[in-house]
Amino acid sequence: MAAVEVKNLVKKYGSIDAVNGISFSINEGEIFGLIGPNGAGKTTTLRVLSTLLSINGGSVTILGYDVRKQSADIRKLISYLPEDAGAYKNLTGRAYLQFIANFFDQKEVPVIVQKGIEIADLGARIDDRVDTYSKGMMRRLLVGRALMTNPKLAILDEPTSGLDVINAQEIRKLVKTTAQSGTTVLLSSHNMLEVEYLCDRIALISEGKIVEEGKPKTLMEKYKVRNIEEVFIRTVRE
Amino acid sequence: MSGLGNITKKEIRELLTPATFVPIILVALIFATLGNSLQGIQEQAATPPIIGVINEDNSTFGTMTSTILHERAKVVYNSTSSSDKQVGLETLKEKNGVALIIIPQNFTERIRHEQPGNIEVYWIMKGAGLMDTLPPSIFESLIAYINTNISKELIQENTTVNASFVLSPTKRVETTKFKDQEFIGLSPSILSGMLSSQTMLIPIVMMMIIIMAGSIVITSMALEKENKTLETLLTLPVKRTSIVTGKIVAAAVIGLLLAIIYMIGMQFYFSGFQFSAGVNLASYGLVITSTDFIWIGASLFIALIAGLSLCMLMGTFAKNYKSAQTLTFPITMLAMIPMFITMFADFDTLPLALKIFTFAIPFSHPMMAPRALLFHDYTLVIGGIVYVAIFAIVTISIVVWVFKTDRLLVGTTKFKWLKGLTRRRRF
Repeated sequence: MAAVEVKNLVKKYGSIDAVNGISFSINEGEIFGLIGPNGAGKTTTLRVLSTLLSINGGSVTILGYDVRKQSADIRKLISYLPEDAGAYKNLTGRAYLQFIANFFDQKEVPVIVQKGIEIADLGARIDDRVDTYSKGMMRRLLVGRALMTNPKLAILDEPTSGLDVINAQEIRKLVKTTAQSGTTVLLSSHNMLEVEYLCDRIALISEGKIVEEGKPKTLMEKYKVRNIEEVFIRTVRE
Repeated sequence: MSGLGNITKKEIRELLTPATFVPIILVALIFATLGNSLQGIQEQAATPPIIGVINEDNSTFGTMTSTILHERAKVVYNSTSSSDKQVGLETLKEKNGVALIIIPQNFTERIRHEQPGNIEVYWIMKGAGLMDTLPPSIFESLIAYINTNISKELIQENTTVNASFVLSPTKRVETTKFKDQEFIGLSPSILSGMLSSQTMLIPIVMMMIIIMAGSIVITSMALEKENKTLETLLTLPVKRTSIVTGKIVAAAVIGLLLAIIYMIGMQFYFSGFQFSAGVNLASYGLVITSTDFIWIGASLFIALIAGLSLCMLMGTFAKNYKSAQTLTFPITMLAMIPMFITMFADFDTLPLALKIFTFAIPFSHPMMAPRALLFHDYTLVIGGIVYVAIFAIVTISIVVWVFKTDRLLVGTTKFKWLKGLTRRRRF
């Protein structure tokens, strides 16, 4: 069974078509990348799959649940990391993770929090208030928050945004490990190297439509280019 | 364009948003409505008082007093026998009168013997607000005028008359009828003052809670958006109703805590002059019982929940901390307006438009409850609680609906004027 099944998804903001009839599916345990220029409809798609936005047409099924009718069931299985997400500034890193963990299985809360702390890897700073964190520390805390609950589907919008090279690489490894342990990952990124390294399959989205889809290697061969960045430029320009 | 012009133009463009103007326009409309309604009360106060006169004394001073009353007031009932008192009071009640004046048989005789002549005044008090005591105040100046004329006459007749007596040749014997109760020896202004000192605490506390707790709710929503935590919260396995209720309950708890601290201070402040007129309302049967306190508590709690739901709804429009501060303003005004209305006027004596307006504001009800309960007016209190509960349920339902739609995140709305308040869109 596909973890995610998107068919002819349409999302409008008034008269503007943000997403115009896109279709794709993601297999369980797969890392799927959504790539596109700014304003292409990536964030809207991720928000629809995260149950944040309603849809104007088509259908979206996540792990067998319809996003229109069963959003509450979907929220128990997914984890969404928005690109510009923040945390409650008056809480410490640990208290923030605890707050999020409390929404899940009560018996598992200490385990979930511990996992979040390990992923965030903030050392003693985990007990400092969030408003004292640097951008990179904040992002690590949020990645920890997103992955600590062992979601069936992790939706990550620019997961390494704001991180330095070393931290970004650690997060990429973590995403890879998370997928290997059975979590399906849908991510969007502007970093083509990241996409090439992480994703089993990618979809290139432009002006609300999917213009290309496939395995990174297959796409590079199809366009006779050396990397995904060139595939991206070619498809978007065409 | 110069640097100054460029910056000014940019700043004006940023400030010229519906978020800046809509709350102020709403407040202006509220004030305009309030002003029009209060003008009606003022016009009423400027007209001569409507009274009834029973003159049993057809001698010099009795006739003089009666003549002055007929000249300077609108006399709608006239009689020469105090046995007609009840008829007079009924007539005045029908004709919206303020007082029945009885000049007793021995009025002139007492004055001639250098004893103050009694003027019996039966006040018909309609409301306990400051504005309601305006007609009695006007009448009091009339009594002063009568005194002056009697004094003049006494001096002209006899230059050796007792000076201290001649300065106040009459004495008022007052009884006030208010809400079917008789208050012997009390004038409307004293009664109104006593009632105000007994019931003023709740309106002030209510206003403070709403302002403080309301600000907490609106700011909380604004900070969720500004700190980018809202999207995460909305994707967690928690019901939208729980998010809305949780925020309201938390703000209510903090608001009540703040109110308790505030009330302790205010209680000490008010206890300083609660019995300043030397009259204890309990001796007239005007006591707030423990059951009444439960009603006041219920009214206060429901109004707080309704107010916070309204704040929550306003909070969904807040884009950031700055816009939250602007949105707090109309809520503050909505809390202050009933406080002033209940202070200056009585709900029963308000013009119909203002009555509807006051009743519609959920915060009015706990402010009006103590006075209503003193006079056992349970209909107003229970009716208010029911109305505010419905108001709260409807408002919470709207907030939950907003939380379930895209509007919270992308600001999509059918109402164009609201777009500026809510716009926040990213593809």
